[in-house]
Amino acid sequence: MEDERSFSDICGGRLALHRRYYSPSCLEFCLSCPRISLRSLTAVTCTVWLAAYGLFTLCENSMILSAAIFITLLGLLGYLHFVKIDHETLLIIDSLGIQMTSSYASGKESTTFIEMGKVKDVIINEAIYMQKVIYYLCILLKDPVEPHGISQVVPIFQSAKPRLDCLIEVYRSCQEILAHQKAASTSP
Amino acid sequence: MPRLLQLLWAQLSGPGMVLKAFFPTCCASADSGLLVGRWVPEQSSAVVLAVVHFPFIPVQVKELLAQVQQASQVGVAVLGTWCHRRQEPEESLGHFLEGLGTLFSHEPWLQLCRERGSKSWNCKATRRQGPTPLAPACEDQVMLIFYDQRKVLLSRLHPPAALPERQAGDATASAGGLAAVFDTVARSEVLFQSDRFDEGPVRLTHWQSEGVEASILVELAKRAAGPVCLLLACLLSLVSAASACRVFRPWPLSFIWSKLSTCEQLRHRLDQLTLVVSAHRAEGPAQLMRKANTLVSVLLDMALGLLLLSWLHRKDRFAHLAEALVPVADRVAEELQHLLQWLMGAPAGLKMNRALDQVLGRFFLYHIHLWISYIHLMSPFIEHILWHLGLSACLGLTVALSILSDIISLLTFHIYCFYVYGARLYCLKIHGLSSLWRLFRGKKWNVLRQRVDSCSYDLDQVWRAGIPPRTGEGCPNWHQAAVGAPPLDWRRGYAVHRDLALHHPDFPASYHGPVLPGVHPAPAPSGHRAGPGPSARGPHQLAAAVLAWPPAVPALQACGRREVPGPGARGWPAPAPPDADKPSALQPRGAHLPPPQLWLPPQALLGFPVPQAVLRGAHLPLEAERGQAGLRARPPARLAPPSARCQGGTHLLLPLVVGASAGPTRRISTRLRSWGW
Repeated sequence: MEDERSFSDICGGRLALHRRYYSPSCLEFCLSCPRISLRSLTAVTCTVWLAAYGLFTLCENSMILSAAIFITLLGLLGYLHFVKIDHETLLIIDSLGIQMTSSYASGKESTTFIEMGKVKDVIINEAIYMQKVIYYLCILLKDPVEPHGISQVVPIFQSAKPRLDCLIEVYRSCQEILAHQKAASTSP
Repeated sequence: MPRLLQLLWAQLSGPGMVLKAFFPTCCASADSGLLVGRWVPEQSSAVVLAVVHFPFIPVQVKELLAQVQQASQVGVAVLGTWCHRRQEPEESLGHFLEGLGTLFSHEPWLQLCRERGSKSWNCKATRRQGPTPLAPACEDQVMLIFYDQRKVLLSRLHPPAALPERQAGDATASAGGLAAVFDTVARSEVLFQSDRFDEGPVRLTHWQSEGVEASILVELAKRAAGPVCLLLACLLSLVSAASACRVFRPWPLSFIWSKLSTCEQLRHRLDQLTLVVSAHRAEGPAQLMRKANTLVSVLLDMALGLLLLSWLHRKDRFAHLAEALVPVADRVAEELQHLLQWLMGAPAGLKMNRALDQVLGRFFLYHIHLWISYIHLMSPFIEHILWHLGLSACLGLTVALSILSDIISLLTFHIYCFYVYGARLYCLKIHGLSSLWRLFRGKKWNVLRQRVDSCSYDLDQVWRAGIPPRTGEGCPNWHQAAVGAPPLDWRRGYAVHRDLALHHPDFPASYHGPVLPGVHPAPAPSGHRAGPGPSARGPHQLAAAVLAWPPAVPALQACGRREVPGPGARGWPAPAPPDADKPSALQPRGAHLPPPQLWLPPQALLGFPVPQAVLRGAHLPLEAERGQAGLRARPPARLAPPSARCQGGTHLLLPLVVGASAGPTRRISTRLRSWGW
């Protein structure tokens, strides 16, 4: 079954959390970030072109203007391909592992998969981010050498940065599945 | 981790365990058939490796699976059926597929079904609950996971590092889950060798069915690579055999080969090419990477070299280079000549040793003259030589650069010669000065023990070094010191050193060569018996300034003692000489003078006249002396101080007392240079 709710991120933008429940042992969360707004795009383009025009009046070289256009286009393409993330997906399968997918605005997708054997726990942690204190969800990985130690902390939804209410939703569902998995693994 | 797994669908159907089915993406569009793979009961997962198509003979399928199992040690079996339906449903196929379950019995039996053109799949896994075929079947929950077979297969190239031992627990079970899948796929390469397009009894679909290579060119290149590599390997072995032949071994040639960087580079290139075209397969991923890296670097090098070659050939640049070479050489020679003329004059106002200046200056000028003549001789041929050397850029940019560096070194060979001459002379002077330095500290180089030992010198030897006593009294005997005590005149030595230092301004001497006798002016004290001679007149304001050592010597002289203890002795200031700057001529030794030698005669022979001592074996080296000592039964004879024998004494062995603090207690004597005066 599926459901969709809207939340907000730490800066106040609208986020959409799309949850798909496949089975008691399998769950998928998809967090959609706000699209690139026309206002910010127009603002950046205007700034770049005004600066180029200023340089043009100084240097009297029309190459500057065409260069500014190229820079704007290339910059936009690069931003869409490398920086702007549209969706972030978290897929948990209790016997298999956790998979995180980030899909960029240009269609590129990058995936990270963590085996269930390496996952120690999923927690909500606090962090100081610039001038704010924010909450973020992260996966704790087991240390192969020390049984009770933690080798790595993997944050989830890094670019979406949802607020605590959204995180609590995800956290509850993850804990259910992890508990299910632990129960299944410890039972003979 | 790259995107190898893709969850498509999980079916909720009835109670039971979750069964994970790993399905390769390449088989998603295959026609109906049997699913072949491995069942891993610990993780309850089925890894599908391939699809067997209709028509097939079950016996042959079982044979193939047995062969694969034997070859790869992977428990390959028929896991279930795969149905890829057309738009119109085929009921008969459905029944047929169900009937196959009885033929190839496997628990659980997997049934995957897909409508062509739609995204919905049907997955069913049935398990019999009893031993008999009529027992009720229960269905498991199926989780279908897609995996990219080619990438999973190839990921075995870098096997993960062995994990440390863990306690038994749930961690090991699930960690082994994915590793088991990877392992299964990687080890089943044997299964992937035959394809549905092959003419074998069984037609399979797996990742190879998409085409072994995307392009036919790559495929052809792969087939042709074998014979081409063999041919190249033969040629390279011929070349290396030719280069290792004995014609190039004798000393002058081997020295030249070792100095030229081109030869080094060619050898390196030969090694690289041999590695790349060798017929042996790489043993492991590390070797494979090394081979691949070498190949890419060789290709890149050759590409850059060819680029350079094309640029050089474009606008007749060889001719320009050849034309520019001779004027540049002329210019350099002219500048060098100016420099030498300046040095031969009074450079920076310094007063120099005129004779040495002239000698060195003329020597170097002649060198430059010779070199310029050779360059002018060679100028008509330079263009051709450059053109032919430029062809070597085909072998790579590095070879071209090494040839360029060799050309530059050959063209500036004369400058290198100047450096060598200057450095040698500088080293000689440094060595001499360091011996003098040791003298004034009261130390000496012990040749036998190869170390610096303390030593007490005779006053005469210290005078020989060019430092006269203040009072002027002292032994008038002029004994030529042995080489162990330096025979240099200090002032002269320093002045010559200064001149030489100016003549080779670039390079400090970094090594010490042997001291050449005869290069340094040796004072010839013939006829001078009393007082310091002109050779010792010197200076020694310079020596005084430099040396602060041993001030106790004049005190000892004043006390009338002839022997100066080694360590702890201090220097004394010397009077200013009237003409310290006048150069003195080099005085050659007489032809009848034998070279000075240091011997260690036995104690028994001390004080004897030389001819008699020689009869008794004083001329023998120490090792032989030890042998002889056993034969001699005479006790050592103590001698009176030999001052009484000084006058007119010609053949004497003088003892020297070594410093008491350290060093050997052996008496060291020196043989007189009596023949010299």
